[in-house]
Amino acid sequence: MYAEFGDQLDLEVNQSLQALAAALRARSLPWIQDVVPALCGIAVHIDPYHPQLPEPLLEHCEALLRDCFKAASRFEDAGRSVEVPVCYEAEFGLDLLDVAERTSVPVEDIIRRHTKNVHRVLMVGFSPGQPYIGGLDAKLAVPRRATPRTLMPAGSVAIANAQTAVYPYATPGGWSVIGRTPLKVFDPARDPASLFAPGDRVRFIAIGRGEFERLL
Amino acid sequence: MSLHILRPGLMTTVQDRGRHGMQHLGVVPSGAMDPVALELANGLVGNRGDEAVLEITVLGPEIAFECDALVALCGAQMDARIDGAPLPENRPVFLVAGAVLSARRATLGSRAYLAVAGGIALAPVLGSRSTYLPARFGGLQGRALRAGDRLPLAEQVAAVSLKRYAKLPNKRETAGLRSVAWSAPPLTLPAREPIVIHAMEGRHHAHFDAAARRAFFDATWRVTPDSNRMGFRLAGPTLAREEALEILSEPTCLGTVQVPANGLPIALMADHQTTGGYPKIAEVAAADVPRLAQLAPGGTVQFARCTLEQAGELRHALRQRLDAALRSLAWSYRK
Repeated sequence: MYAEFGDQLDLEVNQSLQALAAALRARSLPWIQDVVPALCGIAVHIDPYHPQLPEPLLEHCEALLRDCFKAASRFEDAGRSVEVPVCYEAEFGLDLLDVAERTSVPVEDIIRRHTKNVHRVLMVGFSPGQPYIGGLDAKLAVPRRATPRTLMPAGSVAIANAQTAVYPYATPGGWSVIGRTPLKVFDPARDPASLFAPGDRVRFIAIGRGEFERLL
Repeated sequence: MSLHILRPGLMTTVQDRGRHGMQHLGVVPSGAMDPVALELANGLVGNRGDEAVLEITVLGPEIAFECDALVALCGAQMDARIDGAPLPENRPVFLVAGAVLSARRATLGSRAYLAVAGGIALAPVLGSRSTYLPARFGGLQGRALRAGDRLPLAEQVAAVSLKRYAKLPNKRETAGLRSVAWSAPPLTLPAREPIVIHAMEGRHHAHFDAAARRAFFDATWRVTPDSNRMGFRLAGPTLAREEALEILSEPTCLGTVQVPANGLPIALMADHQTTGGYPKIAEVAAADVPRLAQLAPGGTVQFARCTLEQAGELRHALRQRLDAALRSLAWSYRK
């Protein structure tokens, strides 16, 4: 079941979705398998064969969401603070010069702006641990590249429109790569496995080539 | 005590019911593509429904048993043999140490499940033994099985197998194979093609033009060879949209049918991405996902429109058939 709260990205709406997800999870209902706060909606994955599955399902879920929405204020801002070291050197920031040209913001200033803001994880999805991060400096907003890259290395930090992505795995894609983090974005053997969770506050920290090697 | 993989087949992976509760971190449940056949196979050897089994895809493996083991093969018909003698499917079979199971090409359905009493004893990753190939974790080192692999079985598998086999009613020995004179019903195999799969209109159904909305439920779709555990790509009429609205990435679900820009639909299967930005024309009824999963590349399917209520009824009916089969097994093994 998916409940939509608008079709445009709104950071405030997204924040309340994180709280709603927390309130829903706190109910620990056995027939709910997954609660997924998304950019502007929330998905509830149910176990279709659970013996306690309520009927009629849709009406019950709707009532449940309304109820949780009232309780959501108590769960405001459960997000953690995550610091992400990023090496913006040309070797990793494959599209930095291109972004500088398209935005008329010099490279040094791009790095300054990207590391200044406190960003928010709006959603984690597509592949394990992959964050959709909002709050990008408005001056850095560039549309997706006309020709997608066939491969962005794992750890690539990329921007498009008002968002930043950090790729856990090597992947093709149309976002502009401005740097790379040495951190493992997702590691099933680590606890927590995912560096990012929905609602987390994110700060990018510029590091040099040596520091990158050391943290790898 | 282990299973020794002599030949891996086309793609054989370890799967259970999957890892749930992590989709908000981008981790899809994975698990058996046909969870009904998984439960039957486990039930037939006296396992809990969520023990790990081998999911065999289209071309079967060759596996040597290094110890006595009670096994069951469910799902696709694989023309499997034990040292040359036909292995009866959908029933418990007691194999002696040294037996070699050889499965060939699937003759009906595309995915078979081999359960062993006590399950496959690999360490769970994030709460499940299911293999998730795209991110290479779970199962055996996150990959499909290779020749030479050894899969650990439960401790005491031989003793447990013998004890369980002793409890079964109506035992029968044919061609040197110890089995039973009865079998569980296969619940997910295609009767004839095109198979009919129930689907509800998706969130973006109205975004498609009239011809596309009609075509989706009228056309016969063919599963293309580039289909996999992530999704079944369907070939048929091109589905056009009224207007190319940009859709923000949003959560997807097992059975979601999304339509990328090329107009050819993809039905999302067990290893699907957790979010996606393609419009959703339909959602396959949960009860019909296992039957869809049994369709091999080249197989054909038609979608029958259904409501949420009807999808619920289909689910109840399937659950009842499965429970009836499992109840009599559980009764035997409790004795």
